[in-house]
Parts: sequence; C-alpha cells; structure tokens
Amino acid sequence: MRSAHIVLDGHVVAEDLSLDFAGGRTTCLLGRSGVGKTSLLRHLAGLLPGTESAGPVAYMAQRDLLLPWLSVLDNVLLGYRLRRNRAEHRAAEPRARALLAEVGLGDRLQDLPHTLSGGMRQRAALARTLCEDRRIVLMDEPFGHLDAVTRLDLQDLAAHLLEGRTVVMVTHDPLEALRLGHEIRVLSGRPFTVGPVIAPPGAVPRDPGDAALLALQARLIGELRRQA
Amino acid sequence: MRPLATALGLVAAWEALVWFTGLPPYILPPPSRVAVVLAERFDLLLEQAVWTASEMLLGLALGLVLGATLAVIFAASAAWRRWALPLVIVSQAIPVIAIAPLLVLWLGYGMASKVAMAALIIFFPVVSSLYDGLRRTDPGWLELAHTMNAPPRAVLLQIRLPAALPAFASGVRIAAAVAPIGAVIGEWVGASAGLGFLMTQSLARGQTPLAFAALTILCLLGLALYTAADRLARRLVPWQSHQGD
Repeated sequence: MRSAHIVLDGHVVAEDLSLDFAGGRTTCLLGRSGVGKTSLLRHLAGLLPGTESAGPVAYMAQRDLLLPWLSVLDNVLLGYRLRRNRAEHRAAEPRARALLAEVGLGDRLQDLPHTLSGGMRQRAALARTLCEDRRIVLMDEPFGHLDAVTRLDLQDLAAHLLEGRTVVMVTHDPLEALRLGHEIRVLSGRPFTVGPVIAPPGAVPRDPGDAALLALQARLIGELRRQA
Repeated sequence: MRPLATALGLVAAWEALVWFTGLPPYILPPPSRVAVVLAERFDLLLEQAVWTASEMLLGLALGLVLGATLAVIFAASAAWRRWALPLVIVSQAIPVIAIAPLLVLWLGYGMASKVAMAALIIFFPVVSSLYDGLRRTDPGWLELAHTMNAPPRAVLLQIRLPAALPAFASGVRIAAAVAPIGAVIGEWVGASAGLGFLMTQSLARGQTPLAFAALTILCLLGLALYTAADRLARRLVPWQSHQGD
C-alpha cells in the first residue's frame, strides 16, 4: 500500500500511509478500539468510498454475515453463486465440502445458519472466506465475540488453514496477534501511524502459555496502555 | 381458547340485549335468529361467498404481483425512483374508496371492478413494505458481496430480495387483511352477486337477519384469508423468528 489517505466521515484517520505486507505471511495490525484499524482494512478491501481493492481479496468481517436463508454449504459457496459461473461453482463444491469438514461442520452442510452456535457460524464464515481461494485475505477481528476457549480453538484452525496466504488481520487482542501473526504492527495516534515490525519467534499458532510470548504480551499491553 | 370464550360471552350478551329490550329483528336480530337463517339459506350464502372469495383472492394475487414488481423496479432503477416513486406515494392521498363508483362505471357490475378495487387497496402496502425491505439490506452483506465481485443483478436477486422477504411478509399480512374491504366496497357500489351485494339487497328488503348471516360469513372469510396469508408468510421466512440472536 502506497501513500494512502484514509478519511472517514470527514475525519482524517491516516495520512500518507505506506505499508508493506509480507507475501504468504500473516500480519496482525494491533490497536485499541477506534484507532482506525477497521478503516485501514476496509481501505485495503476497497470498501471505503473512492477506494479500490488492491486486487482480488477475501474479506472476513467481525460478524459472520451468513445469509439466513442459505444452507451452510451454499453460504460457503456464496461467491460462486453470486458470480454465476456454473463451471467454477461446480468445481468449487468439493473444496467447499472439504473445507467444511476441516472446520468440523461436515455433518451440517444442509442446515440453516440459525441452527448453529456462534462458534460454528464463525467457522462457517472462515470456510466461506477460504473457499473464495484468494491470495490476499483480510480479516477484521474475526473471533472478537467468541468465548475465550472457542477463540483459541478457532485461532489454531485459522493458522493452519491460512498457511501460505497473505493475511492482514486486525485485532485489539495482543494475545491473538501474538498467536497468529508472523509480523505484528501496532497502530497508534490520531491520525494513526504504524509502528515497526515485531516478529515474535516460533511458528504459528503459538502456544498461549509460552513464557517468551507472555513477556511480549506484557510489553504490547504496556505499549497500548500508554496511548490513552 | 380464551378469546373464543370472550367471543361466546359477547354473543350471549347480544342475545340477552335483544331479549330484554325487545328490539325488532329488522333492527337487530338475535344471534339465534341469525343462526337459523344461516342454516336455512346456506346454499345461497355459500354461492355468494364463493363469488366474493374469488374476488378477494384474484384482487390479492393481482395486487401482490403488481406491487412486488413495482417495488423491485424501484429498487433496481434510480430513474424509476425519481420519476415514479413520488407519484405512488402521493396517490395514497386519493381515497381509493372514492373511486369505486368509477371502477364500476369502467369495468362493469361483474367481478372485474371488485378485483381492481381489492388490488388497488392492497397495492400500496405491498409496494412500500417490499421496497422498504429492499432498501434496508444489511450493509455487511452488501460489502461481502462487493468483495466477492458480485454483479448488481445477482446482489439484487440473491441478497437484497431474500433479505426483504420478512418485510414483504408483513406487507402480505396487511394485504390479506384489507383485500376483503376492497371487494365488499366494490359490491356495495354496484354488483350483481357476492356477499356485499347480498347485504345491501337484504337490508333494502328488511331482511336484516340475512344481512347479518352474510356478514358472519364475510368475517369468517376474512379470518381464513388472514390466517392463510400468515401461514404463508411464516413459511416464506423460516429464519425470521431466529434473527438477531
């Protein structure tokens, strides 16, 4: 991303911002609520007025956004349904089934979303995001409103499934950033600036009990707190 | 079952009122008398009821199809919204009932004028409910579709339209509730058959109990139509009661 200006409702969220994201790796953007993380992600996705996405991206929002009238399987294939390309749709179906099996929903293919729990719905949304099969994946606090244990499970699953893709994930949870990010960058200020790259050691998903990780978490929390 | 008990209590009170005041049956017939007439003239009543029910159903179908089509056109085309939408809203200022005599003049005493009347009266609730629903799609869904490079037509047909079904369902309920009004008013103004026609005829001849019998059937028809529409609306949106949890 080069020289981006992000404006939201007349307020400058970020000026002249240039950012590089490591290809095939996961970058976590960490910041407090209201700093402009979501705006940055929406800018990248081409969802802000006057912006265009950098290329084909898959976008996963805070809410699961499953369509209540479509089965779980059809929800995962939503992109193909909307683009109305029958050949691609047929070709993608086995992959959708495989993805749903991987996220543990292999036996709920024909169920409607309202019959699923919050964690299951978010897993279905993850499967939909991956089924789009785009090289760049943008995620906006995808596990933000799940209970702590479900969140850890989903982080493990996501780290495994997102391997090899260029992922930009926005989060306000330092532990989540430390578990999933090959690189972490802290957003702060108004208009916000992006801090230097923090690359925690070890492969993702990292163990939440690891001593080095907990020390880094304390450091990140301190950094976020100073911005009050 | 409690509402049924209330209704039975009211009927009993009505019977008692007539009994104590000694009102003549051509002013207010007691329910027992209405029941007798209902049984004696059942063939006639049934024949007229079928006629009126046909008018209601055809009017309902016509109004729903026209209203839904226009709502989708408004949602899809900015030009239509600009040129025709204000007209549809202003047209509501015209009391539909006031043009009933004109409809009879143009379309005759037969079924067509009543169908048109019923269709006209439900047209607005149908257009406004569906159009409102089409406008209020969850922006999250639209953004998701945008990142999936969905063409606008597919977004309208596969996301906005199904998302508007709950709103449309309440429009259908209202339509089912008011469609009988259109049909009956049409029959009052000028008709050769139907329950409304039977009512005006029998009232003019002092056969008030028969008018009440026709009214009873009319109430049952309206109730049946509403119940059917409600069932259909529920089937249309099985997920609705679960939304927002």
